[in-house]
Amino acid sequence: MRKIWRLISAAFLGLVLLTCLSACGAKSVAEQDVLTTDQRTNRITWGVKADTRLFGLENIRTGKLEGFEIDLAKALTKKILGPNGKCTFVPVTSGTRVPLLKNGNIDAIMATMTITPEREKQVDFTHSYFDAGQSLLVKKGSPIKNIQDLNKPGKVILGVSGSNSVKNVAKFAPRARVLQLSDYAQAMTALKSKQGDALTTDNGILYGMAAENPHYEVVGGNFTKEPYGIAVNKNQNRFRKKLNWALDQVEKDGTYNRLLLKWFGHVKGFNYQEMKR
Amino acid sequence: MINLISSQWQPLLLGLWNTILCSVIALIGSLIIGTFFALLEISQKRVIRVIGSVYVEVFRNIPLLVIAMGFFLIVPMYIAKINGFTAGTIGLTLYTSAFIAETVRAGINSVETGQLEGALANGMTYTQAMRYIILPQAFKVVIPPLGNQFINLVKNSSVLAFVAGFDLMYQGNLIANDTLQTMPTYFIVGVLYLIITLPLSYYMRHLEKKLA
Amino acid sequence: MQNFIDAYSWINIRFLLQGLWVTIEISVVSIIVSFILGTILGIIRYEKFKYFSAIVGFIIDIIRNLPLLLIIFFTYFGLPNIGIKPEIIPAAILAMSIFESAMVAEIVRSGINSIDYGQTEGALANGLTRWQALRIIVLPQALRNMMPALVSQFISLVKDTSLATIIVLPELMYHAQIIYGQNTNYIIPMFVALAVLYFIVCYSLSLLAKYLRRHLA
Repeated sequence: MRKIWRLISAAFLGLVLLTCLSACGAKSVAEQDVLTTDQRTNRITWGVKADTRLFGLENIRTGKLEGFEIDLAKALTKKILGPNGKCTFVPVTSGTRVPLLKNGNIDAIMATMTITPEREKQVDFTHSYFDAGQSLLVKKGSPIKNIQDLNKPGKVILGVSGSNSVKNVAKFAPRARVLQLSDYAQAMTALKSKQGDALTTDNGILYGMAAENPHYEVVGGNFTKEPYGIAVNKNQNRFRKKLNWALDQVEKDGTYNRLLLKWFGHVKGFNYQEMKR
Repeated sequence: MINLISSQWQPLLLGLWNTILCSVIALIGSLIIGTFFALLEISQKRVIRVIGSVYVEVFRNIPLLVIAMGFFLIVPMYIAKINGFTAGTIGLTLYTSAFIAETVRAGINSVETGQLEGALANGMTYTQAMRYIILPQAFKVVIPPLGNQFINLVKNSSVLAFVAGFDLMYQGNLIANDTLQTMPTYFIVGVLYLIITLPLSYYMRHLEKKLA
Repeated sequence: MQNFIDAYSWINIRFLLQGLWVTIEISVVSIIVSFILGTILGIIRYEKFKYFSAIVGFIIDIIRNLPLLLIIFFTYFGLPNIGIKPEIIPAAILAMSIFESAMVAEIVRSGINSIDYGQTEGALANGLTRWQALRIIVLPQALRNMMPALVSQFISLVKDTSLATIIVLPELMYHAQIIYGQNTNYIIPMFVALAVLYFIVCYSLSLLAKYLRRHLA
């Protein structure tokens, strides 16, 4: 009998420990003011993509991250912290970005993240810095021309888990099967391995993939609007306002348009004139 | 937490089912393949022994993730259209079979060599001696380590999450990304894994004590 | 064939080797930590201290029976909730160490169990304390017995670092993914390279263990 009690008490203790690990609220992070800390350390830590051409991609030669979002983050950092402001880039995926933000590993997310009402319950967004739209990438000569062609049993759509596009696709093509992979590199590779009929995500990302893989093309136009915003933790209003102000500044002084031209000016099929601010 | 369970029990249960299915298929597959390669490894012909140990060493020394992803990405390009579940299960089977081959070989070695000689002297062929005398005794010895391999197999089946295999870990990732309630989701997923593995592990320890 | 030649350009190889270095770094630190911590935990579990051993044993059983992926998530996403906020590489080392310590503890426990208790009794009769008996008489023998199990556990550790790609740890597997993600013609060359590199590291680890066993025995 005593043995059983000992086991039960041990089990209880273990459970309490596990619950503590999992359920304790993240008080410390929410209470600190990110802007004050960043100004003191003269550094903003950004969560960015490392596998997404045109937005944030790791250069194999130099090991540095490159892309529109990286350049924009640098410009915003300079506006907020002054010309000597430094930024640290932490590569994230659609699956890891929100936990990392909530835990305080990163100060802000600029990683092709669409502003949606569900997400706004968990994080705060700045106003949009890029107006993307969801589209499809298929092999050239594929019978699939738009999202309706995919709304049939037996069709497989590839996406990235944690992205807004896989949620949308359930609305537009409920009969298709959706496979969610961990990042865009995996999704593109899976498309090439014929694991799916089309890859869906936002047009900007898809044009980047099409530029690298000439046998693939973007089809079907944009069937949703996907405004990208910078995500910050709840209760970080000062930081969010400062970011909004910095965004306005880079849009006004032409930096934004210059970066848009630099990254999207030569992308075939992408109308960057429309995106100018 | 309760909200999460009540709204997401369907995908979680589907994931649990796929995890169990994949584990059982991989266990049966790897038992057959593993025993086969264990027999190759103890063969009297050198060439066959080498084939056996090359297979075992290759699959023991390459990460399961590399094997499973390789099957998922490369096989459909050239050989056949297979989905993530199949690719992951095949990868898991081959990977585990190398470990089972080692376990079974150790079990066969633990049976006295005199018995094989005795059986051969009594007019049995090599195959018959293995089939009726050696393997039944060896399997008794290897049951506890095999049980541990099965627990490892259940845990390793989480690699299916990388190849969209709709297992428990994959469903957990989707729910965590969807609801953004990361820790509660993974807590539930952890409890579900423990429901399979913990009783098995205690039973194996009990068995080990009884056989020792 | 051309794909293979292009894929193995010096720039790509160097990028892979950078990833391999992170894999090795994390593996070595985790092996050392989990060997020490695992041995201590294994002894605690073997010694049956009232309550304490039972609780430690239960926690070990929980960790041992969870997939490593979950331990990685709990470490990277969960620990900040109790005030520990590791960067990516320390987080990976922590996750590997926690998981492998639990695995090693179990190996150590059954290793000590395999030694005849008569030896401890003899040592105690000869005036050694219980701790001395364990340290001088039992542990060295147990260590020799459990060498094969330990080595294959450490090989698993090296292989399992690849799972940390899911939290964007810049190790070998992740770097290969970055390369073939940017040019999908390189899928097969990259998987061949991955298999070869992991095989070299893991196989040399088992050769090293064989060498050590021969020269220490």
